[in-house]
Amino acid sequence: MTYITKPQLHHPRLVENALGKTRRDYEGSVSTLCAGCGHDSISAAIIQAAYELDLPPHRVAKLSGIGCSSKTPDYFLGASHGFNTVHGRMPSVLTGANLANRDLIYLGVSGDGDSASIGFGQFAHAIRRGVNMTYIVENNGVYGLTKGQFSATSDKGSKSKKGVVNHDSAIDLVSVALQLGATFVARSFSGDKAQLVPLIKAALSHQGSAFIDCISPCIQFNNHAGSTKSFDYVRDHNEAVNTLDFVVPREAIHLDYEPGTNTLVTQHDGSVLNLHKLAEHYDPTDRISAMAYLAGRQAQGEVVTGLLYVDPKATDLHEGLETVETPLNQLTDAELIPGSKVLERLNASLR
Amino acid sequence: MQRTSTDGPDYFHKVVDCQWACPAHTPVPEYIRLIADGRYSDAYMVNWRSNVFPGILGRTCDRPCEPACRRGRVEDEPVAICRLKRVAADNKTDITAFLPQVAPRNGKTVALVGAGPAALTVARDLAPLGYHVVVFDGDAKAGGMIRRQIPRFRLPEEVIDEEVGYITGLGIDMRLGQRIDSLKSLLQDETYDAVFVGTGAPRGRDLDLPGRKEAAANIHIGIDWLSSVAFEHVERIGKRVIVLGGGNTAMDCCRTSRRLGGEDVKVIVRSGFDEMKASPWEKEDALHEDIPILNFLVPKEFTHDNGRLTGVIFEKVVAQFDESGRRKLVASGEPDQHFECDDVLVAVGQENAFPWIERDLGLDFDEWGMPKVDEVTFQSTLPKVFFGGDSAFGPKNIIWAVAQGHDAAISIDRFCQDQDVRDRPPPGTTMVSQKMGIHEWSYDNDISNDLRHRVPLRGKDESLKNVKLEVELGFDLQLGLAEAQRCLNCDVQTVFAEPICIECDACVDICPVDAITFTANGEEGDLRMRLSAPALNLTQDLYVSGELKTGRVMVKDEDVCLHCGLCAERCPTGAWDMQQFTLEMTHAGEKPCAR
Repeated sequence: MTYITKPQLHHPRLVENALGKTRRDYEGSVSTLCAGCGHDSISAAIIQAAYELDLPPHRVAKLSGIGCSSKTPDYFLGASHGFNTVHGRMPSVLTGANLANRDLIYLGVSGDGDSASIGFGQFAHAIRRGVNMTYIVENNGVYGLTKGQFSATSDKGSKSKKGVVNHDSAIDLVSVALQLGATFVARSFSGDKAQLVPLIKAALSHQGSAFIDCISPCIQFNNHAGSTKSFDYVRDHNEAVNTLDFVVPREAIHLDYEPGTNTLVTQHDGSVLNLHKLAEHYDPTDRISAMAYLAGRQAQGEVVTGLLYVDPKATDLHEGLETVETPLNQLTDAELIPGSKVLERLNASLR
Repeated sequence: MQRTSTDGPDYFHKVVDCQWACPAHTPVPEYIRLIADGRYSDAYMVNWRSNVFPGILGRTCDRPCEPACRRGRVEDEPVAICRLKRVAADNKTDITAFLPQVAPRNGKTVALVGAGPAALTVARDLAPLGYHVVVFDGDAKAGGMIRRQIPRFRLPEEVIDEEVGYITGLGIDMRLGQRIDSLKSLLQDETYDAVFVGTGAPRGRDLDLPGRKEAAANIHIGIDWLSSVAFEHVERIGKRVIVLGGGNTAMDCCRTSRRLGGEDVKVIVRSGFDEMKASPWEKEDALHEDIPILNFLVPKEFTHDNGRLTGVIFEKVVAQFDESGRRKLVASGEPDQHFECDDVLVAVGQENAFPWIERDLGLDFDEWGMPKVDEVTFQSTLPKVFFGGDSAFGPKNIIWAVAQGHDAAISIDRFCQDQDVRDRPPPGTTMVSQKMGIHEWSYDNDISNDLRHRVPLRGKDESLKNVKLEVELGFDLQLGLAEAQRCLNCDVQTVFAEPICIECDACVDICPVDAITFTANGEEGDLRMRLSAPALNLTQDLYVSGELKTGRVMVKDEDVCLHCGLCAERCPTGAWDMQQFTLEMTHAGEKPCAR
């Protein structure tokens, strides 16, 4: 917990984005998490991504559940909408908000406890419904807020800070998301912003359910030898399948790339993902082989990171439900009370 | 880049921009913290030890510290360091108990010629060591140019009396009213083991133009006229006054004229406004007193009516720059301009004058008539004669005279003790961690967002009527505190210990000014461009760690670091620490202290 507020003074040559905002304008209040927490790095990456995407902060809704990770929306995008839901219920609240107003950009922030234990079902259904959102799990593999018990994503065989070995199988959220039909799936590491920031930008621009599993070492309870979520372990076992340049639509025309080593994926909104291949034969648009690849590497103890899968033709929940495009709060009496003639016609159509 | 070495006093000293820029290396952040803490006497003594004249300098210093102040690079203006010094001086209690004890006489006698800031500094440093210090000055009171040339409305006489008194009270043998007319006879008097010359730059430059002789009655040399005003020999001036020159003396002349009956007072300068030698704040003060400053006008002739001055003719010039960027003033071709006036004050520079030093003593002079003086030891070619202040290297200002006085005193002490004068004592430095507890620091790192506070002034209706009435009222306690809180505490250093860094990025994420980067090492030029914020200020160092676990290095750009301590606050392993760096210059007879 830090008591000093971050000084408002900033670097004199801080660059403004297209909205005339500096990166500092996307910050929130100062973090109260433990010093060195990986979650703070993820917050910083979200701030950087939102700044680089020129997002108007008031068009973003950030939602979270309960846990260390779910506290973090207070520490970024201080001028955005925020909803701190009950434990594990963020996906449902987000789904409801999205149904009511599809114009906002939805950012769900959760943790391994919030999404892989109490909210596992919620997580699964939001993903399989294809809610247009960015869902980030700040995954530290431990219950930090309750002082270091194993979480559902702790790897089998890994050790707690006190030396206890975990006997339960781990839930791999990336594999689950792939299986449930997420149209954008990535894994990254809080200690690698060069990889994380473009992934968050791409996810925020993705028109479907985008899931990022971000490994985030818990400095206090899960950063020791024997942990598989520590800085050292992840750095030693990190296998990035690709690096990503996220290119906004207006810049996409001037894109240099080398065919063969790069894959270009154009998303619905015209943004282009320029993926530089690191693992040979890895195709991030092939869901089945992505799952097989993940399983194979995981068995060898590797932590596969990068953009693992993307469906450029993703659709979202609204398309399936054929909902009205206008946000519900903007519908007027004219649309909501169409009159008895319309009712009669509707009734007639059902007879 | 190599791992930054912080051994020796220089690396961290340079980070404290104000202290580095101060010729006397006054520990500025330290005394500003004491002011914020309400410890005015302690703040005064920190100053007194270093710059000898805090009350005087707090009103008149040329403040090289302020353009250097880091705050000026982070927002619009630097901390008002100079005027905070005055807050300490104004609000201190009786400090006589803190003055140095005078040791028993050591049998050595030193003659100081002149009683200005340089000589008084030498006296202050040597008298407590037991030297018999004899000060000669032609004036009836000690202080030199401080008393003669600085107008009373900027510096009240009580302040001079008080601070000169602290020194003369150390058992100095003051021989006032005794002008030394011959160095030879002084040296022949064998009582003196060493002689210090601190006679300043007493001669004002004149303008030899047509009409100068004829209209002499109303053409005055600026610094001479100012001392006549200071000693109350002159009490009036004509209604229309032209001041020639663009330095600080010109500003003092015009503002003094406004108080002695000058209604239409103008400053007319050869150069452009920005190139004028006067400090920006002194120009501001003149403009505030409704004194126009006219630029690019070169005086050509004094016009007179049978010996009664009627005005000055000026040639209009324009600035031209040659290929090497050097500026030349060339005639604009426009017709000459005539400005009418009753009096002219010539303030176009000062010169040294040594008519009293015989040229056959073995004391060498250079081609410009300046004594050959060693820049480190201030020793002349005659080993027992030392120089300091304006008489050593030409006109500068008080703080330089003080710094040179300290250095000359070290040399004189070593010379009298048969030690090598080139063997200089290093400054004393200490580093003390400011960490008190998990989130507690022993310095106030909550940085104020206030913009620079203005020093309240007395109203013009009142201040222009009395040449002795101090125009600046000084900061009161509230304003002084508010201004003190703007200081960034640059002496509280960010110290990095790479063996315990786990590269979690917490410091990078929290740093409000993007000063910290973890990246692959490289050459300095390349590295400077690859940082979170490019490090374009080449006068500011990069603080580079040794190689870290991932093979990268930590690079911190010192340029705009706020010293807020958030990097250390958010560091989980204590790899960052905030440590107060104290540097105190070692003066004559002292041993450098180090912890």
